[in-house]
Amino acid sequence: MYVAVKGGEAAIANAHALLADRRRGDRQVPALGIEQIIQQLGLAVDRCMAEGSLYDRELAALAIIQSRGDLIEAIFLVRAYRTTLPRFGYSVPIDTANMLIERRVSATFKDLPGGQMLGPTFDYTHRLLDPVVAEGGDVAAPVRRPADPEQAPRVTDLLAHEGLIEPDTTHDDKPDIGDLTREPLQYPLDRDLRLQALARGDEGFLLALGYSTQRGYARTHPFVGEIRIGEVEVELDIAELGFAVSLGRVRVTECQMVNQFKGSAKVPPQFTRGYGLVFGQSERKAMSMSLCDRALRAREFGEDVVAPAQDEEFVISHLDNVQSTGFVEHLKLPHYVDFQAELDVVRRMRAEQETQKEAAE
Amino acid sequence: MSLIPSYNFAYLDEQTKRMIRRSILKAIAIPGYQVPFASREMPMPYGWGTGGVQVTAAIIGPSDVLKVIDQGADDTTNAVSIRAFFAKVANVATTTHTADATIIQTRHRIPERPLQAGQVLVYQVPIPEPLRFLEPRETETRKMHALEEYGLMHVKLYEDIAKHGQIATTYAYPVKVEGRYVMDPSPTPKFDNPKMHMSPALQLFGAGREMRIYAVPPFTEVVSLDFEDHPFEIQHFTQPCALCAATGVYLDEVILDDHGGHMFVCSDTDNCEERRAQGHRGHLSGEELEAAE
Repeated sequence: MYVAVKGGEAAIANAHALLADRRRGDRQVPALGIEQIIQQLGLAVDRCMAEGSLYDRELAALAIIQSRGDLIEAIFLVRAYRTTLPRFGYSVPIDTANMLIERRVSATFKDLPGGQMLGPTFDYTHRLLDPVVAEGGDVAAPVRRPADPEQAPRVTDLLAHEGLIEPDTTHDDKPDIGDLTREPLQYPLDRDLRLQALARGDEGFLLALGYSTQRGYARTHPFVGEIRIGEVEVELDIAELGFAVSLGRVRVTECQMVNQFKGSAKVPPQFTRGYGLVFGQSERKAMSMSLCDRALRAREFGEDVVAPAQDEEFVISHLDNVQSTGFVEHLKLPHYVDFQAELDVVRRMRAEQETQKEAAE
Repeated sequence: MSLIPSYNFAYLDEQTKRMIRRSILKAIAIPGYQVPFASREMPMPYGWGTGGVQVTAAIIGPSDVLKVIDQGADDTTNAVSIRAFFAKVANVATTTHTADATIIQTRHRIPERPLQAGQVLVYQVPIPEPLRFLEPRETETRKMHALEEYGLMHVKLYEDIAKHGQIATTYAYPVKVEGRYVMDPSPTPKFDNPKMHMSPALQLFGAGREMRIYAVPPFTEVVSLDFEDHPFEIQHFTQPCALCAATGVYLDEVILDDHGGHMFVCSDTDNCEERRAQGHRGHLSGEELEAAE
């Protein structure tokens, strides 16, 4: 008997009700609160804000709960909300040299003005599952040192004094910054748009590409000039006031990768830059981003484009996980009209082959 | 920051709608040309019709009557979902009747009933670039369109004939619009291609993930690519619809058992229902099945 294979309103409503039930799980177990997620799953919140490109810890935490911890789904929820927000202005560029630093490391200098500061890092922890965490045991208060009055200039600025590294571009060099959320991307891109795309790109995808550059697919000889994590002021120019006012502070991770460059006919040998900047605390993402940024500058330095990480259209077209997951997963939507057309042509071609075989025999 | 977000009529904010409408106007002015637009994230995933949804959201007004189909059917899950979305965010009337709709959003089919002047057909498009599988780079394909350099596509179709004795493309079959741009008709079966030609309705195509909008204005020439000695042909079915006995319509194959039993039914469910309401009966329509049991 022919049963309609088509879905319906009731099926969708029931599926969503079941999803809500599974999300909540056993009702005997207390429900998660937004504050718990913000406090105890802070790095998940950071990733959600970074790739969702919306700095709002509460909405990110809500998205994480609503998505049952599926971070790409959470990022998607944040993006779909972000896109409806009206744009009332663009902030003044943030100044990471004036960051309230919580972590700052340089792999290129043993010591430097402002010092090295490990901060809250997993580095040097032994990855042993901890029964104390399982039991929810008390955690001692951390040791803090008084704020250091010494300035912590960026390592790349120190190098720049000697002209050893290419100069950084400033806002004045390119006052007309693109906005990939407002204008369609048109290849080839300038670095401003590439960096925007990388900043919201999938951490895993950029990690793999960055890794590939270390294994010989577009080698860039990178050194971590500096990674710094901390809070920076966000300011907005108010036309009526004639000066910038502070909107608040955001936590960011900045990575300045310093790369070897042999020089060319026009440019003396000097170090070049790969740059990474991410909302929240995410060294892995910021470092991967800087590796990819440098690899993608191949054209600018007259390097041969030989590897995927250097290929702008390849990298930028496929780094957005909201786009990727949508298009991969759309394959589960019905395709029976097209499949029918394919069935028909395969059957016909098989029949023709059969006829030819018979004729030959 | 308030935790209770609110949304505009038809979800998108008015600036975004204006941006999309400008792209649509440009697309209408250059039939078949892919206009880049700053596609937004939508509350459904990319690949689920975000381009079509954005086009519909930009053109829909409170007095519109919306029909949504997927695979020709009004009751496939994604069609139900998109229809419910607009009923919720735009509070518009919806219908399943092709004749009653002012806007029809579709995935993979064109309705069997000929469209009328004043109707808008909005296609959901996954890959808008007809040359994409011949040349993956956008920078290259843009040049090819600009120079009207379509030789590669003809070579592909020719190679099909050389290898298979026929053109093996069965859906998303490339067309030339108004003698200029080669265009992807979206993954509709090639059966539907002739319906695009000189249609009195406005046809709009939205590709969200790929950020492109293109259009076929009413009464525009749409020609499927072919060769003189291998003219374009649509699919033909050897049997009529098992429910409404329609011929000359696109049919879905439904598997009945695990012994190879199958039946063919209309892909366009609205057309099939209307025909049955008019008294047409196929050999497996409901009444006969009941009688057989």
